[in-house]
Amino acid sequence: MSAVLEARDITKRYGHVQALSGACFEAHKGEVTALIGDNGAGKSTLVKVLSGVIAPDGGEILLDGEPTRLDSPQHAKRLGVETVFQDLALAPDLGPADNVFVGRELFKPGWRGRLRILDKAEMRRQALDAFVSMGTDVKDMHAPVAALSGGQRQSVAICRSVMWADRVLFLDEPTAALGVRQTRNVLKLVRRVAERGVAVILISHNMTEVLEVADRIEVLRLGQRVAQYRGKDTSVEELVGAMTGALDFHEEVRP
Amino acid sequence: MSASGGATPTAQRSDQPEAEQDARAQARVERRQALARTLNTSPVYMFGVLLCIFVAFTVVNATAFTSVANVQNITLSAAPYLVMAVATTYLMIASGLDLSIGSVLVFANVIEAKVMGAVGGDGTAPVLIGLVAGIGVGAGWGLFNGICVTKLRVPALITTLGTLGAVLGAADLITAGNDIRTVPMSLVNFGADSFLGVSYIVWVAIVVTVVFGLILHLTRFGRHTYIVGSNIEAARRAGINVDRHLLKLYALSGASAGLAGFLALAQFASTTISGHSTDVITVITGVVLGGTSLFGGYGWMVGTVIGILIPITLNNGLIIANVQPFWQQVATGFILIAAVYLDQLKRRSRERA
Ligand SMILES: Nc1ncnc2c1ncn2[C@@H]1O[C@H](COP(=O)(O)OP(=O)(O)O)[C@@H](O)[C@H]1O
Ligand SMILES: [Mg+2]
Repeated sequence: MSAVLEARDITKRYGHVQALSGACFEAHKGEVTALIGDNGAGKSTLVKVLSGVIAPDGGEILLDGEPTRLDSPQHAKRLGVETVFQDLALAPDLGPADNVFVGRELFKPGWRGRLRILDKAEMRRQALDAFVSMGTDVKDMHAPVAALSGGQRQSVAICRSVMWADRVLFLDEPTAALGVRQTRNVLKLVRRVAERGVAVILISHNMTEVLEVADRIEVLRLGQRVAQYRGKDTSVEELVGAMTGALDFHEEVRP
Repeated sequence: MSASGGATPTAQRSDQPEAEQDARAQARVERRQALARTLNTSPVYMFGVLLCIFVAFTVVNATAFTSVANVQNITLSAAPYLVMAVATTYLMIASGLDLSIGSVLVFANVIEAKVMGAVGGDGTAPVLIGLVAGIGVGAGWGLFNGICVTKLRVPALITTLGTLGAVLGAADLITAGNDIRTVPMSLVNFGADSFLGVSYIVWVAIVVTVVFGLILHLTRFGRHTYIVGSNIEAARRAGINVDRHLLKLYALSGASAGLAGFLALAQFASTTISGHSTDVITVITGVVLGGTSLFGGYGWMVGTVIGILIPITLNNGLIIANVQPFWQQVATGFILIAAVYLDQLKRRSRERA
């Protein structure tokens, strides 16, 4: 199966720090790909490059095999590539539906639409549909998201991206701040999104979580991909080994 | 006056399948919750406060305070403040701040009088040209504030504190500190005439409030104002041009001061150079009392209308009650502090929830 999203030899330097030094990556339709690596391995930087937030210094990005330059996050979004960043970027004073449609507001039909009058009821309806169909527990469509629980807020951010992601969805550590039950729900949601045919990329520190949910696992170390696994063929020990370099004997023999 | 915040009622359709019965029951419960939430907001509380103030002054001196002439008086004094408060509501919802509105009002006031004098003659033409010039220079100062804040990254507090002084100084330079007391008769007539018992000046304020209230609560421009104030980073990531939006709001703030300057000129048939140094306090107090958050992301236009009437009514009532009007300034200052304190308490309790 060919990759929906493929990155080849991506390089990115921040001053003296080589955040990515020829990183490769691929994600497939309908699969959950976990992207793991130690702190500072370059995961977030790679996600930012692949979602159009920062421009890489070098390398190639292919969407459905087509070489693509992502000029901005908006450009990436137009191509069906959505990202849930670690900080969620929700407007805390607005409601769940308002947040889902931020920057993509729906207008009433006819002359009212020409006056840019919002169709709040329709946005609320569509958002609620999304929340229900994705099995989230976001019910109160009128409360500001600041009044929701951490898990519900995460659900709002994920649903917002899911609603528009028809190709690729990046989730940067979506469960880092969540409790056990809320983590469960988010992982279920991640699986459900993949089943719709989206290529889901999950960044996580939690190896058991990764093994539970991922079809494929890509390991990043020092700005490069060092290993690829099938989720069912590997173990926590193997992943940790690849992340830390314990399995990579070339790297271990240093002068 | 409705405090619904512009929520659109959900269309009820009878041809829905039974499966949606539950959803509709749920929607009904939610609407009831929304109503409860609405009743539990600052505009509703503040309407109660306003009523109390009214009742108190009526008890003190019913004949003078509740007379038609006095109520007209209150609305007339409120009108220029309300116009500025409307723009300030936008700006504060977007987490902006403009302290210079009183000075910009004076500057526009002077320009309007000068331009009307320069065009000369009587009739509508000089008045309209003066109005356009006043709104223009107001918007210009607003743009200047906006550019300093968004492009040069000077904090709004400092930028508009700077223009608060500079713009007033510039107005004094133009007039050598003396008020201009000759204005076209047609402007004086406009200031004195009324329609349906309501002064034209008040009508202007009403129209501005209604139009900008609808834009705030119903349109995408309004929605983006809330998003920018609630989480500027979220707004950026959603592709909203945050700087341009803020620039528009600062220009709107300046333009509103220009229009307020016109209304003041019509009301007093003279410039009022020294009469607006505390306008910004009254306006911000009114907006905050009306429930708009100093920290952005939250606010209602209806609240601003109620909020602005509180310091104005207080002032009017105190004069009628023969209390030195300086007490109004004392009261307004402390009310402002109390209102911001309450806003902060509300935020903290919400974040704990
Ligand atoms: N904006 C930045 N400026 C400078 N250095 C950065 C920046 N972003 C990331 N880095 C550096 O790049 C490296 C990779 O970071 P990052 O992609 O955040 O790793 P990860 O998400 O895997 O923890 C780190 O050494 C980090 O300090
Ligand atoms: Mg990271």
